Amino acid sequence: MSTTTSKASVGRGGQKGQKPNPVAWLDERTGLAALSKKQLRKVFPDHWSFMLGEIALWSFVILLLTGVFLSLWFKPSMTEVEYLGSYANLRGLHMSEAYASTLEISFDVRGGLLMRQMHHWSANLFIASMMIHMLRVFFTGAFRKPREINWLIGLGLLQLGIIEGFAGYSLPDDLLSGIGLRIAEGIMLSIPVVGTYITFFVFGGEFPGDDFIPRLYTVHVLLIPGILVALISAHMLLLVYHKHTQWPGPGRTNNNVVGYPLMPVYMAKAGGFFFIVFGVTALMGGLMQINPIWLYGPYNPSQVTADSQPDWYMGWLDGGLRIMPAWETTAFGFTLSWNVFVPAVVLMGLLFTVLAVYPFIERWITGDTREHHLLDRPRNQPTRTAFGVAGMTAFGVLWIAAGNDVIGPMFNLSIYAITWFCRIGLFVLPVLAFIITRRWCLSLQRHDREVLLHGYETGVIVRSPEGAYSEIHAPINPVSAYNLTTHERRSPLELPPREDANGVRAPQPGKERVRARLSRFWYGDDVDKPTAEELEEAHHHAAEHGQLDGGRHVGIETGGHVGGDDFDLEQAPNR
Amino acid sequence: MSPDKFHDPDFERHKAGKDNPEDYGHDLDRAPDSDPDAEPIPNPGLPEHTPRPTDVDERLERRAERQVAMLFLAAGLLSVLFCVAYFVFEPGIEGETFVGMGASNASLGLTLGLAMLLIGIGAIQWARKLMGDHELIEYRHGAPSSAEDREEALAAFRAGSRESGFGRRKLIRNSMLGSLALLGLPAVVLLRDLGPLPGRKLEHTVWKRGVRVVNDVTALPLRPEDLRIGQLVNAEPASFFEHEGPDGETVPAEYEGTELIIEKGKAAVIVVRMSPEEITPVSGRENWGIDGIVCYSKICTHVGCPISLWEQQTRLLLCPCHQSTFDLTDGARVTFGPAARALPQLPLMVDEEGYIVAMSDFEEPVGPSYWERG
Ligand code: HEM
Ligand code: FES
Repeated sequence: MSTTTSKASVGRGGQKGQKPNPVAWLDERTGLAALSKKQLRKVFPDHWSFMLGEIALWSFVILLLTGVFLSLWFKPSMTEVEYLGSYANLRGLHMSEAYASTLEISFDVRGGLLMRQMHHWSANLFIASMMIHMLRVFFTGAFRKPREINWLIGLGLLQLGIIEGFAGYSLPDDLLSGIGLRIAEGIMLSIPVVGTYITFFVFGGEFPGDDFIPRLYTVHVLLIPGILVALISAHMLLLVYHKHTQWPGPGRTNNNVVGYPLMPVYMAKAGGFFFIVFGVTALMGGLMQINPIWLYGPYNPSQVTADSQPDWYMGWLDGGLRIMPAWETTAFGFTLSWNVFVPAVVLMGLLFTVLAVYPFIERWITGDTREHHLLDRPRNQPTRTAFGVAGMTAFGVLWIAAGNDVIGPMFNLSIYAITWFCRIGLFVLPVLAFIITRRWCLSLQRHDREVLLHGYETGVIVRSPEGAYSEIHAPINPVSAYNLTTHERRSPLELPPREDANGVRAPQPGKERVRARLSRFWYGDDVDKPTAEELEEAHHHAAEHGQLDGGRHVGIETGGHVGGDDFDLEQAPNR
Repeated sequence: MSPDKFHDPDFERHKAGKDNPEDYGHDLDRAPDSDPDAEPIPNPGLPEHTPRPTDVDERLERRAERQVAMLFLAAGLLSVLFCVAYFVFEPGIEGETFVGMGASNASLGLTLGLAMLLIGIGAIQWARKLMGDHELIEYRHGAPSSAEDREEALAAFRAGSRESGFGRRKLIRNSMLGSLALLGLPAVVLLRDLGPLPGRKLEHTVWKRGVRVVNDVTALPLRPEDLRIGQLVNAEPASFFEHEGPDGETVPAEYEGTELIIEKGKAAVIVVRMSPEEITPVSGRENWGIDGIVCYSKICTHVGCPISLWEQQTRLLLCPCHQSTFDLTDGARVTFGPAARALPQLPLMVDEEGYIVAMSDFEEPVGPSYWERG
């Protein structure tokens, strides 16, 4: 490598008889060595939950590969043709070219069905992994400064992924996808004032027309994938710039990142992981049927199948449509369909708005403007965790609502009962979930504190000479003890006193009062980790009672060194 | 410590390194209340590296090497098998089958999937067992640029802005901004031809006086006596099919292709016969049925699914999409679910030859509500 420094190679590059040096050749034209020097050994921390985003990335790559394959045969056209392919049940039927060509991909192109099913499975995997990845980021606080922009980009990716999946699902023009589009049309019609115009412009006239599939095709294979590629690149660039967050632990601080280098370990692990995701998707495509459009038949606007279900990631919208009461207002010759507009348009807007502003709201309430690179254990952020679980609960209720016609017969419940359960549950269950989760987190905090102060319960019961029974508590090992203390002490924001020392009244703007109250709600109940003195005292106390034995005691002694370990970083855990 | 072939000179430096702000440039904002001295337990530092079995035992190392190579070799073999399967099996699901799927699909998926999986496992195994496994420490830099950089950037921007006169030459600036804003007009106007204006199209269907009501599968016109009490027939206007004209001649279908699909989406109906006593006619519609035979739009007033589930006992019609339920004895009123309006009714009569025909078009728009519907 040293021969590639610019001085040494400038003159020699073109000399005769010199062995060609590809590194020099490339660097002389791109200057990539300067970048590679830094990035090749870039450190990435390791944790299973960091793989979720990777699954999303790799399934997107699989979607690109299989999608290009499909586009070699798929004909995005609603022109009516007579099916003459090899699937006997539909031969002779009239259908759109889009449907006929999807049948051709499935039955007459070798490997076509595999690619179709892989495309559909990886679409599901793509969206599922993005959602779980987002939950991971939320519950660990990885969205905090400086990563708010990446949170917003991620939300954009999720939204576009859902739209892209719906667009793809609609392309084959089978009966189910047609019903999905019909519902989408009904939703567009419900938009006040401009609904009919939007619908006529989108469909090129009345539903379904013959413009829509070709238009959707361009959106599906060019427009949205293009935006997705751009956003994913920005997402990754910011990730590299910020460096990955890590879990706190011995040697891991807010100022460093501990892990394995990109080359070779991460190249092998992440690269190998691509093959694993691809392999699993291929096995699913080979062995598990998905979207057998040949069983549904071509789209016919006067037909429907019972139990028609959208792909799962649209389920919550469908659930909202199902449980919304039948409200509609007609006044001055105009109609406003609350029953459609609210669950489909308003609800979706609301969900994504709340998700988008959350990091900024939390930041304002906590007044925390610092950079955070260490992840939170969800229990140490009880209020945030409770909000997250409440949101998931609402999402779950909508999902159940979307399956009411499947769940009903399965558990012998009436659809009416399920619908009413969901109508009420949508408002009540998230509140319950919030309260329960918050309490649960607080008691886990209390438990952590107990373990630190008094050790863990060994399950060994001893009987004292006086006849009293007690359980032996043993100290936990030093690393676990340290791990329980890595989070920050947090205290609610305080308002400045109403009157200063000279008795002059200080203004307390209402905004600040609200903020102080919210902050108290946020952190006020937290059970703090013990202080150094409390820990010292508890151990002292235990030693007197002979419970925490001296030999291991040293491991968690305040201010002490880990036994036998001579390289402590003298590092505050949370700088 | 074992002899370490992955010894990294940088590693020692990192390991010994205290977190010194100078090492990482800018200070990350510190937690005001997490004073290191107040922490109950000091950071014990990165644990000592423990060598893996493959690091110390050469036999194990060679075995791991062989294992990884075997995985790669097996993957190669599977790729060849994929090609064999490609040429051996016919595509489709009607020929040979394997685990319930077409043999071609299953064998291609199995070979390709396993090949990929083995390559992936091999690579990860290689990383875990044989590549260096020292954890490295890298220091973070605060996200912002240094104060000087920021100042210089702002200064550069100001210089550029000053030299352009953007702030000073208001006339130029404003006229330019105005011209750029007006470019939005062509961008929007260009999209005008995406579709025609809605006009009154959603208010009409192809039903009109005298159009026969025909079975949507057989295309046969319906006579009142064809319907039993409790029977429901999915029907469409005769003009969708080749049908008999007024003088007994054969008239070809009046709609086809896209037009047919659009009109079907509005004109599909259900015809049902109940006993006249069951029915509570809506006022003004007393003569819209024939002896207990009534006809309603099949398109749900919620968001437009074709309604299909007929509960004969209760005389309820259920939409499979979101379970809106319509009571056909009572003007197709909504009894449950999210739909807000009754299904529009098509007035019926009988023509000279005794067939059921429409008396007129629907008197209100069919399908989902929309703003101008009123
Ligand atoms: C985020 C990315 C994508 C998602 C979520 C997605 C999703 C889907 C889904 C769910 C289908 C229906 C498959 C079925 O028939 O069961 C589909 C169809 C299709 N997709 Fe994609 N897709 C994506 C990207 C792409 C790309 C990049 C291309 C091409 C360059 C592509 C080309 C196609 C084609 C041609 C079809 C219709 C053929 C068929 O349905 O079999 N897709 N897509
Ligand atoms: S479309 Fe019929 S209930 Fe929604």
